[in-house]
Amino acid sequence: MKGSEFQVVGHPRRRVDGRAKVTGKTVYADDIVMPRMVWMKLLRSPHPHAKILSIDPSRALAHPGVMLVLTGKDLTIPYGILPVSQDEHPLCQDKVRYVGDPVAAIVARDELTAFEAMDLVDVKYEPLRTFAEPEESLQHDEPRIHDYCGQGNIHKLINLQFGDMDKGFGEADEIFEDRFFYQGNNHLALEQHASVAAVDLDGKVTLWSSTQTPHYVHRALAKALEIPAAHIRVIATSNGGGFGAKSDIFHHEVCAAKAALVLGRPVKVCMTREEVFYCHRGRHPVLMEIKTGVKKTGEITAMHLKTLVDGGGYGSYGVASTFYTGALQTVTYDVPRYHFQGCRVFTNKPPCGPKRGHGTPQPRFGQEIQLDKIAERLEMDPADLRLKIVAKPNTVTANYMRIGTIGLAECIRRVVDVSDWKKRFRKLPRGRGVGIACASYLSGAGLPIYWNKMPHSGVQLKLDRSGGVTAFCGCTEIGQGSDDVLVGLVAEVLGIEPFDIRAVTADTDLTPVDLGSYSSRVTLMMGNAAIQAAENARDQIAGVIAKHLEIPRNRLVFADRRVFDAENPEHGVSFQEAVCLSEAKLGTIGAVGSYTPPPSPARYKGGGVGPSPAYSYSAAVAEVEIDEETGWISVPKIWMAHDVGRSLNPTLVRGQVEGSVYMGLGEALMEEQTFRRLPSRLSNALVHKFPSILEYKSPTTHDMCDVVTEIIEDPDPNGPFGAKEVGQGPLLPIMPAVCNAVFDAVGVRIDEVPVTPEKVLKALDLQRRGKEGRYGPEKFPDVPWPNPSVIPPPIEGGDGSAIDQPDSAKKKAKVNQP
Amino acid sequence: MMRLPRFEYRAPRSVQEAATMLAEEGPSGMLLAGGTDLLPNMKRRQQVPRTVIGLRGVPELRASSNGSGLRLGAGLTLNELCRDPRVEKLYPALFQAAVQVATGQLRNMATLGGNLCLDTRCNYYDQNYEWRKAIDFCMKKDGETCWVAPSSSKCLAVSSTDVAPALMALGGIVRLVAADGEREVAVKDLYQNDGIHYLTRRREEILTDVLLEPSAGWRSTYWKLRRRGSFDFPVLSVAAAAHFDGDEVTEARVVLGAVASQPLACDEASAFLVGKQLTDDVIQEAAGLASKVGRPMDNTDFLLHWRKRVIGEFTRYALRELRGEDMTEDRVRIARHQLAAVP
Repeated sequence: MKGSEFQVVGHPRRRVDGRAKVTGKTVYADDIVMPRMVWMKLLRSPHPHAKILSIDPSRALAHPGVMLVLTGKDLTIPYGILPVSQDEHPLCQDKVRYVGDPVAAIVARDELTAFEAMDLVDVKYEPLRTFAEPEESLQHDEPRIHDYCGQGNIHKLINLQFGDMDKGFGEADEIFEDRFFYQGNNHLALEQHASVAAVDLDGKVTLWSSTQTPHYVHRALAKALEIPAAHIRVIATSNGGGFGAKSDIFHHEVCAAKAALVLGRPVKVCMTREEVFYCHRGRHPVLMEIKTGVKKTGEITAMHLKTLVDGGGYGSYGVASTFYTGALQTVTYDVPRYHFQGCRVFTNKPPCGPKRGHGTPQPRFGQEIQLDKIAERLEMDPADLRLKIVAKPNTVTANYMRIGTIGLAECIRRVVDVSDWKKRFRKLPRGRGVGIACASYLSGAGLPIYWNKMPHSGVQLKLDRSGGVTAFCGCTEIGQGSDDVLVGLVAEVLGIEPFDIRAVTADTDLTPVDLGSYSSRVTLMMGNAAIQAAENARDQIAGVIAKHLEIPRNRLVFADRRVFDAENPEHGVSFQEAVCLSEAKLGTIGAVGSYTPPPSPARYKGGGVGPSPAYSYSAAVAEVEIDEETGWISVPKIWMAHDVGRSLNPTLVRGQVEGSVYMGLGEALMEEQTFRRLPSRLSNALVHKFPSILEYKSPTTHDMCDVVTEIIEDPDPNGPFGAKEVGQGPLLPIMPAVCNAVFDAVGVRIDEVPVTPEKVLKALDLQRRGKEGRYGPEKFPDVPWPNPSVIPPPIEGGDGSAIDQPDSAKKKAKVNQP
Repeated sequence: MMRLPRFEYRAPRSVQEAATMLAEEGPSGMLLAGGTDLLPNMKRRQQVPRTVIGLRGVPELRASSNGSGLRLGAGLTLNELCRDPRVEKLYPALFQAAVQVATGQLRNMATLGGNLCLDTRCNYYDQNYEWRKAIDFCMKKDGETCWVAPSSSKCLAVSSTDVAPALMALGGIVRLVAADGEREVAVKDLYQNDGIHYLTRRREEILTDVLLEPSAGWRSTYWKLRRRGSFDFPVLSVAAAAHFDGDEVTEARVVLGAVASQPLACDEASAFLVGKQLTDDVIQEAAGLASKVGRPMDNTDFLLHWRKRVIGEFTRYALRELRGEDMTEDRVRIARHQLAAVP
């Protein structure tokens, strides 16, 4: 019923929401102004770890213009993004866990008045011992930052062994053991979080918020406010960047809704940049130890990965993040036997969470550098080594991730070709070098965050007598272009123009649930739902129009805003006419579609994190220049090939690749969320070093490199028209590619990010003194690991369940993945 | 967003009127030029003047003229300064310093006088009110201790002006006008090594002009170390100017910026250069002498040991450029962009 050529898909297009954005017309949460609106500020803890002895708001309440002060006793129900980590309150109850933890919400006639009143809320604290580093949290059980889980200050321990590791390492000719450190960093979305809450005429509350996950915010509000979800409406406003920063439930969202209900007036709250650093949920700092056995020919026989994950003060997505530091390690290259141990600890710092790549960039960084070391020892070209060990399509990995299509080999070949790799690698003059690295990422988490059997995404279409179509979906536009993907796919199926379609998205009252913009899930899941809905609508119309034109249905073509006979294109009706004829015949035309991912073969506890309907693949080559006197490092160019399955809108695909390179460059060279302790004899302070967009360093346009993007298309049967993700995967290879290029340039190994001039110079100093030119962690601390769950991998005839947990197949894994 | 505190705004029309207002207000009044330093500081409550005296409506401050040298009004924006071909051609150090301040947008507002009077900076001080409260504040504002070195009796905040080291190397002079009179002081005497009292300008004085001597026979240059190609304050800078007779240096001034609470004149290095040609050996020796002067503290971006170590390298860049070497490639690498004048 449709032509062989795509009309919309694959053509570079101006995104439907683009013009409003570049002309400043898009309405963000901070743009919302309402009659009688008042302002809220959160008073945050100045202590990193302390008991709250008392809070007295009376002086603040007496301040002219102050209307309300909320404290912990006004909101006592805990919530959390993961069912296993319900450890947050809108306002601290009895203790604070990091500098910036909110203790009171002050609502006043304007923001300045609310700020002035902050100093008038009298809070008495009793300081507690503080934990700045994971090693401290491992060494000291008391005082506990949280007491709801595990032991001491350990939040989560994971020990998953896929196969007989002695056998795996026994088959190796060489065994490599390396330690790496990946510093934490913030998303640094340009838009700071903001929310407005207002009570409707019928007493229901609406929250407009810069959130990536309105559905999860909706659920959490119902819980924390103790009112029925049906009486709450959450609207995600256009996000000025998300990157994972806005995928949690935030204190200010709950407090604004509560204050609006109490006061009966709209309440607005806008984070300062400093507060964004306290909201955080950014990249976890991760210390890694990777042991890999390889054959002389390069094939991996076994891998053992240990990660120590610095979680900060709360759970957030942390349990899932910790699983993710191991889950996708097998999806890029063939790893027949695999042992993963992960440990997340609490520290007195803002909570870490998901940032673009969620838990995966850290171990990917480690493995890609280690592969470079392996290639060096085996005297192989690192690109050739990778080509040799690429995971195989349509297989199940050692940890039971089902892989479909893999365009990685093509990515490597292409990036080697366009970067002139063979003429550059080990051939450039000292001080200049190139490095290669690869990655894979999921196109949507296979399971929802809370256990349920409902679809992950739903799309509803309303067809109108005007010839226009309205597409309703809970998917959330965070700049990635999800509105454009939605209308693009519907337009493709119905043969109309994307601009004929209105997208109504991310409104819990109006739109069917989509779980949110995280885990690179939207294009695949919402896309499949959109196609299903559009095909459903098309089928309704086709039945009517086939009769009207008196031709068989299978000869109908939907294209060029017309419905016509494939054999006689003149014979047909306009799309508008087709809708009117159909409505006359069938009544109001509507259609729905939904998507649920296929089941995963992973049946062991913890196997809920990692499965995805499809995995994307990337390969990158970075070029660097090092000044040996100062260690100054420049990255002039990066080449990137990305397997996106099918490029729905190449303009957006390229944008995502370039954005990933930009963000990756920041993580590679300068970004770090680090903290400062003052001398302990004088102070208990433990503060973010520089919670400002000036001193938290991130590249400017002057620091951005040239990017050459190669789009590889290997359509995946699970993707909408074969499409896979592109929002996160291309970030992953940047950091290791830069480190590998540093080695090619000057022969030193920087085994941690960010790669700063100081670290390069230190490694060069060691090299000059005849020692190993390396900068990176030396040891991995002792962790009280539990006994491993042993899950025989496919090569040992396993069925996806653990042998010491015979009933695990029946149990639902408690933790599902974001 | 962070909101400004409440204040009274006054808009004088002449330097004299401004000086009178400043005298009347006493310590609770502050001058506002471009606002790019004062207003963010006010939002962070580092400075909370009761009265802000805006200088934008004072036309005298925006004039420039050339008699025997060059007179530049303190109210000229940095971009206006950069667009002045006399500055770019005759006083390259000043041009290179000004064009590297902050960003193009900020230079549209920021002024010459404002950058000279720029508040000293420190990672413990340039934080918002709540952050500073969490460390119980610091000596420079609301607290007692200098957290950079808790035993220090004086504040160690860093002089972060780009144009001051350049003007010191160029031998610049500033005019200070008060309600009851005016005086001229050399730029090098405008500063003292104290993070709180970093200016010798008296509170009631307005910095109105910068005076430069004729540039004949002089070459000058300015090198700035910062993490990124834009936005950042210097964490080390080297300004150098030398008067040549043929290839021989007859007079020289090497100045380090952003390694103390004031720009530091490297007198030993400067004296060493006199009477010599800028050979590799001479440059090496002078760079060593300059390195001894700088004692960076741990209160800016980058590790202090590294900042200390690269002083020599940056001095070498500057002196190599003074001897006529084409340093374009190194500049692009360090500065991450061409230092072109704003069109």
